[in-house]
Amino acid sequence: MQTNFSLTALADAHVSESEKILRACVHCGFCTATCPTYLLLADEADSPRGRIYLIKDMLEEEKPATPQVVEHIDRCLTCLSCMTTCPSGVHYMHLVDHARAHIARTYTRPLPDRLLRGMLAKVLPFPGRLRLALRVATVSRPIRKWLANLPGGAQLAAMIELSSSFKRRRPTRRLPGATVDRPRGRVALLSGCAQQVLGQNINEAAIRLLTRHGIEVVQPIDEGCCGALVQHLGYESRALDAARHNVDVWTREIENGGLDAIVVTTSGCGTVIKDYGFLLRNDNAYAQKAARISALARDITEFLHELPLQDGVRTTGQVVAYHSACSMQHGQQVRDQPKSLLRRMGFVVREVPEGHICCGSAGTYNVLQPEIANRLRARKVTNIEKVKPQIIASGNLGCITQIGAGTRIPVVHTVELVDWAMGGPLPDVLEGCLG
Amino acid sequence: MSKIRFTEPNREILARRDSIINDLTRLVDPAGLITSTDECRAYETDALTAYRKMPLAVVLPKTTEEVSAVLKYCHDTGVKVVPRGAGTSLAGGAIPSEDAVVLGLSKMNRVLAVNYDDRFIRVEAGVTNLSVTAVVAENGFFYAPDPSSQLACTIGGNIANNSGGAHCLKYGVTTNNLLGVRMVLIDGSIIDLGGDYLDSAGLDLLGLVVGSEGQLGIVTEATLRILKSAEGARPVLFGFPSCEGAGKAVADVIAAGIIPVAIEYMDKAAIEICEAFAKAGYPLDVEALLIVEVEGSDAEMDATLADITAIARANGATTVRESRSAIETAAIWKGRKSAFGATGRVADYLCMDGTVPTGKLSYVLAEISKIVQRHGLRVANVFHAGDGNMHPLILYNANDPSQQSKAEAAGDDILRLCVEVGGCLTGEHGVGIEKRDLMRCQFDDADLVQQIRVRAAFDPRWLLNTDKVFPLDFRCQG
Ligand SMILES: Cc1cc2nc3c(=O)[nH]c(=O)nc-3n(C[C@H](O)[C@H](O)[C@H](O)COP(=O)(O)OP(=O)(O)OC[C@H]3O[C@@H](n4cnc5c(N)ncnc54)[C@H](O)[C@@H]3O)c2cc1C
Ligand code: SF4
Ligand code: SF4
Repeated sequence: MQTNFSLTALADAHVSESEKILRACVHCGFCTATCPTYLLLADEADSPRGRIYLIKDMLEEEKPATPQVVEHIDRCLTCLSCMTTCPSGVHYMHLVDHARAHIARTYTRPLPDRLLRGMLAKVLPFPGRLRLALRVATVSRPIRKWLANLPGGAQLAAMIELSSSFKRRRPTRRLPGATVDRPRGRVALLSGCAQQVLGQNINEAAIRLLTRHGIEVVQPIDEGCCGALVQHLGYESRALDAARHNVDVWTREIENGGLDAIVVTTSGCGTVIKDYGFLLRNDNAYAQKAARISALARDITEFLHELPLQDGVRTTGQVVAYHSACSMQHGQQVRDQPKSLLRRMGFVVREVPEGHICCGSAGTYNVLQPEIANRLRARKVTNIEKVKPQIIASGNLGCITQIGAGTRIPVVHTVELVDWAMGGPLPDVLEGCLG
Repeated sequence: MSKIRFTEPNREILARRDSIINDLTRLVDPAGLITSTDECRAYETDALTAYRKMPLAVVLPKTTEEVSAVLKYCHDTGVKVVPRGAGTSLAGGAIPSEDAVVLGLSKMNRVLAVNYDDRFIRVEAGVTNLSVTAVVAENGFFYAPDPSSQLACTIGGNIANNSGGAHCLKYGVTTNNLLGVRMVLIDGSIIDLGGDYLDSAGLDLLGLVVGSEGQLGIVTEATLRILKSAEGARPVLFGFPSCEGAGKAVADVIAAGIIPVAIEYMDKAAIEICEAFAKAGYPLDVEALLIVEVEGSDAEMDATLADITAIARANGATTVRESRSAIETAAIWKGRKSAFGATGRVADYLCMDGTVPTGKLSYVLAEISKIVQRHGLRVANVFHAGDGNMHPLILYNANDPSQQSKAEAAGDDILRLCVEVGGCLTGEHGVGIEKRDLMRCQFDDADLVQQIRVRAAFDPRWLLNTDKVFPLDFRCQG
């Protein structure tokens, strides 16, 4: 597509990167058909092509973001389904990241929105604060209906509603790593911030799986949030700080003991860590180190898939609907490994119709855009239930809680199932469910 | 730079914008009325992005009644209307005018009825082409016309452009697969043409509506013929050391009376682009590739393929490779159907759409490369060869104004060539604004007058898609 940037604008590295992306878009419209928000709203401005076009206009004219543009960009789930569809290789993720940073710089959000976003950015990446917030949410449950009527209250109410689906998961503390005798490999396992509080059983399962296969696991104590949450909220510099911090932490591990991989059990985080190399490309001190970290990042299922795997020891055969998180299938293009691991363990894996469409979780999206998120959840649950599964498996905590809040069928992380099949404990939510 | 002219917007309408918008709020659901500059911007172009015009406003109705109310209002107050489906037109058919309201059908995307016994499906016009097949596929049926844009383009847009696709060689284009429409005329009246059956009494107005590019009315519902999928289907790749050989092979297959389901052509430039995207296993060491698909029972397919292979070999084919799995077949078609989009990785392009007699394919291909070279540009060819429907993609740099005009000049020369050899200006993408001014190369004045008289019988005030299809100085009232 033709673009019209001034030379001074193009001198900015971000702008020139976005210009390249815009030039690749031929405005063919293919991506509209696989965009969840276009499917629901059917407005060009809520499609990838429309958003790309609005972003182009905003950046070309160096205009401050308008409320209309912000509304349509905010509705984007960053599910990246558009990137899988695009034949022209348009890197929508980098473009929308740039647009969000531009919005954060040039647009003042209404106060309730600002407070909510500020709170999410200050709470979610910090396990201690998140634990506290969850306690507050539990005691506020009775007033959620009342809250929903206040300005910005719908989002608060959505948050409280979601927090209740965490009940079924046992809050725990950070895990130590695990050593093995004569290891055949050594990996860092990302603790994950929300996951440390809400889904420690996932990493426990991952550690058992890895050590069972002779892999030593380290969990550096000072590792921080991957930066995805603040990145998607448009806090660009905080995201970069988070990236630099983790690059330092893992580089130290590489230098002291070596790392074969940085293993991630939350695909939303994996997508961003795999992108550190790009995010820090203009930072001379970090560019190289960050690229090395990105090259080492692996989803746990990718990593396991490359190992000579042990056989399962339990009676399996249960029907599992595998829900591929957007960050898994679109962000990281990891598609077959999780399913093939589950099949290898003897589960009957069913594909979910319309599997390429987001469940509405999308990081903080289900809090910020509850209406669209709820519609997407209902659509997802209907599709999942069509294949009549006994268990739903997914590789991302966000999806697990989002889908879990809409169905009675238990939802677990893929590695919890694989670990159980290999002799690990039965995931809590499956107790009494497996005949 | 921009060579294609638009009519001057009607100042009186522009001045009334606020009151028009105010009136529209009473006619459509608020979520379906778009008026802010930023949001209208998203509708200022279609897939012919070299041209752009901001609309007066955009309405996205949800029902035929809403469409009718908007059209009646626009008719009574003299406001132009530009219909829009998914905006994938390559001819600028959905590009607005500044004094026009865009009426988009995207929110009318429901499936209304499926009848397997009588083999039809009834849908709203905003349903995408591929989702029609998706609805009936589990029962072994499909909707035949398959434009490469089928993932996104709408049935309404397909009807307006009489769209075709790779598999239309055997099954025909939209007009051969459409049974009926519900259409709203510019005065707001709602008419039904055709029905659930193959032919109706009286004038074939349905045939007239197909390909009318939104100038006779707005289609809101359509009844489509669905077909039972064949027992089996197999694409085969034939690689040739020369474009002439491949072109000649197509002509010989058609002349021999063999009708495969599809014969698609790609030249070297297109093969490289598509292979890089789809990893379909296209041969990279050839100058031209034909994707030929046959279907039926194994015995039928073997027999047809033997005949086709003999013809291909006689014309010098060096590679002959059958698809061995469903995954491979999907990749082969994904590569072909993504060809235009994937070209965006390499350069900007203008996609031409001329049709020539298949016997002239080799000659025209050679001439096309000469024309494009003469203008100092490059070309990639990927098209529906069995129908002689050519799509030279003229590659250029859209940020260089001189290249933009060279590309357009080359495009005009190519289309003139198509007409000269006995073909036509458009195979399936429509005339839109892109080929409007070339209509005189194809038709003499008497032909055109008769066409615009028919058009004016439906829309005497020329309010529907005003600037499209007919040269701007060619107008007649009712
Ligand atoms: C990458 C790519 C590949 C393509 N491949 C093919 C191909 O293989 N074969 C092919 O035939 N075409 C192809 N096309 C062209 C295009 O997709 C078709 O012309 C398609 O039918 C347009 O549908 P749409 O819904 O996008 O309509 P739009 O682009 O929105 O509109 C097209 C025309 O139809 C009118 N219109 C739309 N809806 C209605 C309605 N409900 N009632 C009345 N008028 C209406 C509009 O005013 C306009 O004149 C391709 C396009 C692209 C971008
Ligand atoms: S599919 Fe790609 S090239 Fe086509 S409109 Fe979408 S982003 Fe642009
Ligand atoms: S990231 Fe998802 S929601 Fe956003 S534009 Fe792309 S497909 Fe649509």
